[in-house]
Amino acid sequence: MSIVANTFSDVLSSEAIYQSMIRFAVILAFAAVGEWVAERAGTLNISLESFMIGGAYSAAVAYGVWHSIPAALAVGALIGIVVAAVQAWLSHWLTIDQFVVGLTLNILVLGLALFLDTRWAAKTPVPKPTQIPLLHRIPLVGEALFGQPWPMLLIIPLIPLAWWLLFRTRWGLEIRSVGDNPQAADVSGIHVNKRRRQAILFAGACAGLGGGVLVLGQVGINGYEAGHIGLKGIIAIAAVIFGGWTLRGTVIGCLVFGYFFAFQQAKLVDINPQLNASLPYIVALAVTAIFARRTRQPRALAQPFIRGLT
Amino acid sequence: MNAPARRSSAGIPSRSSARRAAVVVGLYVGCVVAALAVAAALVAMTGGPWRKVLSALLDGSLRNPGRWGTTLLEATPLLIVALGVIVATRAGLVNIGQEGQLAVGAAAATWVAINFSGPIALIGVFIAGFLGGALWAGLAAVLRYWRKVPEVISTLLLVFIAAQFTGWLLSRSFLLMHYEKGVMNQVQTSKQLDPATRVGMIRVAGNSFPWTAVAAVAAAVAVGVLLQRTRWGFRLTMLGHNPRTAQRIGVPIVLAGASALMLSGGLAGAAGAAMLAAGAGGYTFTPGFSNNVGWEGLLVALVARNRPLACIPVAFVFAMLRTGSGFLSSTGVSRSIAEVVRALLVLAMLVPPALLALRERRQGRGIAAVVTIAEPLAVPVQVAQ
Repeated sequence: MSIVANTFSDVLSSEAIYQSMIRFAVILAFAAVGEWVAERAGTLNISLESFMIGGAYSAAVAYGVWHSIPAALAVGALIGIVVAAVQAWLSHWLTIDQFVVGLTLNILVLGLALFLDTRWAAKTPVPKPTQIPLLHRIPLVGEALFGQPWPMLLIIPLIPLAWWLLFRTRWGLEIRSVGDNPQAADVSGIHVNKRRRQAILFAGACAGLGGGVLVLGQVGINGYEAGHIGLKGIIAIAAVIFGGWTLRGTVIGCLVFGYFFAFQQAKLVDINPQLNASLPYIVALAVTAIFARRTRQPRALAQPFIRGLT
Repeated sequence: MNAPARRSSAGIPSRSSARRAAVVVGLYVGCVVAALAVAAALVAMTGGPWRKVLSALLDGSLRNPGRWGTTLLEATPLLIVALGVIVATRAGLVNIGQEGQLAVGAAAATWVAINFSGPIALIGVFIAGFLGGALWAGLAAVLRYWRKVPEVISTLLLVFIAAQFTGWLLSRSFLLMHYEKGVMNQVQTSKQLDPATRVGMIRVAGNSFPWTAVAAVAAAVAVGVLLQRTRWGFRLTMLGHNPRTAQRIGVPIVLAGASALMLSGGLAGAAGAAMLAAGAGGYTFTPGFSNNVGWEGLLVALVARNRPLACIPVAFVFAMLRTGSGFLSSTGVSRSIAEVVRALLVLAMLVPPALLALRERRQGRGIAAVVTIAEPLAVPVQVAQ
């Protein structure tokens, strides 16, 4: 018991684990913020994974061509939008089942990234941390919050931006209404499927950017590898569910899952390796099991909208 | 879905219905050709010789001696997995965790195979495989009906957990690991199956394939009958189309849904047992045993548009991609092109019916067909008390 207590205090007091937790949490947050918007519009986007893979690979390749991080991140976001457009039009124009489309896209984009990688190999820089003066010297969490490479800081404007878009604009009101009651939204003159498509495109941009940040702006990742995303898109969806479809909860969910990824990576606790490796996924299952029921989800989540059908 | 085409087949087709059938066929052919063209363009773009790629695929899957038997061998688990997908889909459940269910099923089958022997053990192997897969899918069913966790998420997460779980089973000598005395670094594989618990091979013209291939075809017929002609199948279909109506009519939602999900997982597990007993991994269970068969079986069901009998040829085509892609190394093109082709084929088969339905809606023929398989997972089924 004391061993457990000791390691637990190690885990809480280690500066490295906070840094690694923030790294994971930020990547999850990029995807989860986008997914949150898409889910509020009524789409459960399992292709979030493919947006991230597309963003990560294309950003890495773009960096190899231009050697410019901002340009590479822009390419990542753009490819995220392109992949998202496929999902959006197939699921909310042709009204093919969104899970089927999402699953197929996940396989397609992973295959494409693997295949194209043999011809255009991804090249990435060794990211340099950007230390914000004074603040990064705060003990324990200073380096984690204020000493990371700058692309990760993009999450800071993104979260309030998403909140503002959804709760302070006409567009956001319409997004929320098509997620909760598409029939009512439809009769009040909102183009339901168009709004849903736009929400997915937003998710694509966010997740693509997240993929780009993963390969370009993270100390300790060192380059692009095909398996880097490794179900992070799905974990991001779990974070949205954990957060009860609120933005605040989603961000907290990202931090929680980020912590478990860091915990897994640091191998601080002496448990068997298989359990350690599957820990974040088990935690994701457990928390969705706890929270999926309690919270109020968008009422039309994962339902296609076809006018006149219901 | 193909209502226009079917209608025209009865009696003398009128001109307009013949034209409509031509549109349907043309659309499908066009989409498949477009998918293959995109794949060929990708190969050409990366500097690969696409003609040689095609020829290598055909050599590896059909033309070289003994290859079509191997393709049949590979097609068998794909077909069984796809049948499981169809069962779940029929009930409106999206089970996408076949990869994990297959691995757990195969692990359970291995345990039986290395602890028992004799011809009865072979039956035990399949039963264990089925139960392993069914229990793994049962976890998702429990989470679905007790805690309302979308099965899309839970089955997917369970795939990853299954990989680690079977890895753990293989790391314990009292479970599955084959412990060799005096060897420093133990390889994490199971003991090899002894010949009594392997399935027999049918040999035709220099090709050999397991009799499970025949059994799988029979299973396709059985699943078709089960879904079309039995009360249980009818209930599932009703549940898939409209859970609320189904409940009001008296379908036990939880029982029907959970049994569908478990049967679905069970078939994936049985596919794992079939792989093991037919020689996958050299008759041993290894880490990464499932080798994407679960994912590909899922795609088979999507391409076959959830018709059990249509799965048979589709599974064969997908198996051709599997066996053919092994021959790609001579052309210098990465094997992962097979993955791209697979996904593109799925899209090619999804788009035409959706386009047709869209056109029907646009032309004001009402909602002839709704291209949806998912139960509205967010809406809890509520019955007026």
